[in-house]
Amino acid sequence: MKQNKIMVGEFFVSGDVACAEGAISAGCRFFAGYPITPATEIAERMSLRLPQVDGVYIQMEDELASMGAVLGASWAGKKSMTATSGPGFSLMMENLGLGIMLETPCVLVNIQRGDPSTGLPTMVGQGDMMQARWGSHGSYEIIALAPTSPQDIFDLTIMAFNLSEKYRVPVIIMSDEAVGHMSEKVIMPYMKQQSLTNRQRPRVNPEQYLPYKPDANLVPPMAMAGEGYLFHVTGLTHDERGYPVMTTEAQDHLVRRLVDKIRVNRDDIIKYKEIQIEDADIIVCAYGITARIAQMAVKMAREKGIRAGMLQLITVWPFAEQKIRDLSSQARAFIVPEINYGQIVLEVERCAGDRAKTVLVPNMGGKVHSPEIILEAIQEASR
Amino acid sequence: MINNLNTEELSIKRYLRQDRLPHMWCPGCGIGVALDCFLRAIDRSGIDHNGIAMVCGIGCAGRAAGYVKLDSFHTTHGRAIPFATGLKLANPKLNVVVFSGDGDLAAIGGNHLIHAARRNIDMTVICVNNFNYGMTGSQAGPTTPLEALTTTSRYGCFEYPFNLPYLLSASGAPYIARWTALHVCQLEKSIAEAMVKPGFSFIEVISPCPPIFGRMNKKPTGMDFMRYYQEKSTVQNGADPKNVDIELNGTIVVGKFVDKECPTLLDKLSQVSDKAKEVKT
Repeated sequence: MKQNKIMVGEFFVSGDVACAEGAISAGCRFFAGYPITPATEIAERMSLRLPQVDGVYIQMEDELASMGAVLGASWAGKKSMTATSGPGFSLMMENLGLGIMLETPCVLVNIQRGDPSTGLPTMVGQGDMMQARWGSHGSYEIIALAPTSPQDIFDLTIMAFNLSEKYRVPVIIMSDEAVGHMSEKVIMPYMKQQSLTNRQRPRVNPEQYLPYKPDANLVPPMAMAGEGYLFHVTGLTHDERGYPVMTTEAQDHLVRRLVDKIRVNRDDIIKYKEIQIEDADIIVCAYGITARIAQMAVKMAREKGIRAGMLQLITVWPFAEQKIRDLSSQARAFIVPEINYGQIVLEVERCAGDRAKTVLVPNMGGKVHSPEIILEAIQEASR
Repeated sequence: MINNLNTEELSIKRYLRQDRLPHMWCPGCGIGVALDCFLRAIDRSGIDHNGIAMVCGIGCAGRAAGYVKLDSFHTTHGRAIPFATGLKLANPKLNVVVFSGDGDLAAIGGNHLIHAARRNIDMTVICVNNFNYGMTGSQAGPTTPLEALTTTSRYGCFEYPFNLPYLLSASGAPYIARWTALHVCQLEKSIAEAMVKPGFSFIEVISPCPPIFGRMNKKPTGMDFMRYYQEKSTVQNGADPKNVDIELNGTIVVGKFVDKECPTLLDKLSQVSDKAKEVKT
């Protein structure tokens, strides 16, 4: 097919390429990035494809600049994205905070690798999960999604753009090297306009426009630069006019709303998948590539007569607190395999409380879990 | 100084958020002068102010974004240029102006500054250089002259400063000018020229900082700085940027140093777009 338009059909592509194509299908027309293994293929794909669909690809001098340019492009009206891995993700934390404060829709993709620091650049990791939640300074809520396959990263990238536009918040795709570099069949459907979300636009004339006066769902309509609204926005604590206000009252008002706009809408945001959960008394809670492997472990446990099930977190942040609480009165134990030394397990433990045991199946990175090691943990917990 | 004037009489008042005045700058500060010249340049050049996006970083000069009735962005420390890059590339119709200080643009944002010049992205950068970090109380920075006293160079500054026009010239900027806060007519003209010129433009504004940098370096009032500029500045249009270093209390060479034509980033991106659409795969 001609690649000078949006791809529709069945393709055999890597997760990184699927991510780029998902973004284009979602309406992304601006990408700023910096090469980093194992996310480079997203930038390469965008540099090839965006000019074909009247979009812009720019390679910035570093990840600080990449995230800054992504925010600027969003304020000029384009759906915008960047992609990186651990070391670059750390640099992006600075302007991620500005994105949250200015309420800027955009998507940040993290193809996680072995960590910390330079770690294992070409090998898998899931060590940035807490950084996605708390990495930028201050009190905020973020949305993060974890795909399990090339198809999934295609679909979730579209979902990420829709959520970011709806809630005016940067949305993070927390993927990993295994998903990014594996190639599989990906179905890219024709995206109807109505299945794509666009930010709410001001419904008042410029003289009456207040950049941070929220709608009923706590999200303010957004004007773009150059439209005559003549708005001011700042990373300082600000009021509805966007003006800096250095008072505890303004701080309380703003920070509460930035956090609450995600919290009160959590039922709309949080997605998960339940596998054989109805009668399960051992529940594996997993996300990303690890969820795919854990599914095999659950199957093996069932064959051994253990009532095992799985809760796959699609939305990792905000965390599916209520779901874990509900399941904790049904299940004896939660098994949490992740490619780190214990991150999401802390959230599961917090929500399960004393009602169910929580067991981490750690993996320091470089390879995915074997199903057997997860099975062992399931068996141990069922004894 | 704007708060002491009758703003009704100023043609630029329509570009100011008068409900945000008085501003927070110290008496004798030059940032207001630079802002005034910027707004006059808009007014007199006839550029539609609805199409301007002003981007500031952090620091004293960074606060300028909050006083203008333009689409204006007060961003993160050093990252005004990347933010502005995104704005411009996503909407090439915008007239993008970065207005910030020497610490913001040349230290923490120094890498972005030289890369923006290298790319020749269409934007105007106005750099208010007061030789120190004023907002945090006069610490030394990348433009502080040797031997100058600051709160972090109590024995005299021991690092060589940047010569910003030379740095920008080496990075490929096709328009480079420097004026002091005394040269208001020339500064306004340069800003107007830069804003309509395609490609990357850099304007350095040498600015007084009397109660902070001046207090420690024997220029405690705005007038002390103005007298210094009058006595020690020399207009040399076309001067070789490598010869325009500024020493403590030394000569300040001002003027338009570089004004050349070369294809801009937008020109190049337009060619990329044309080539991409010819590709059949």
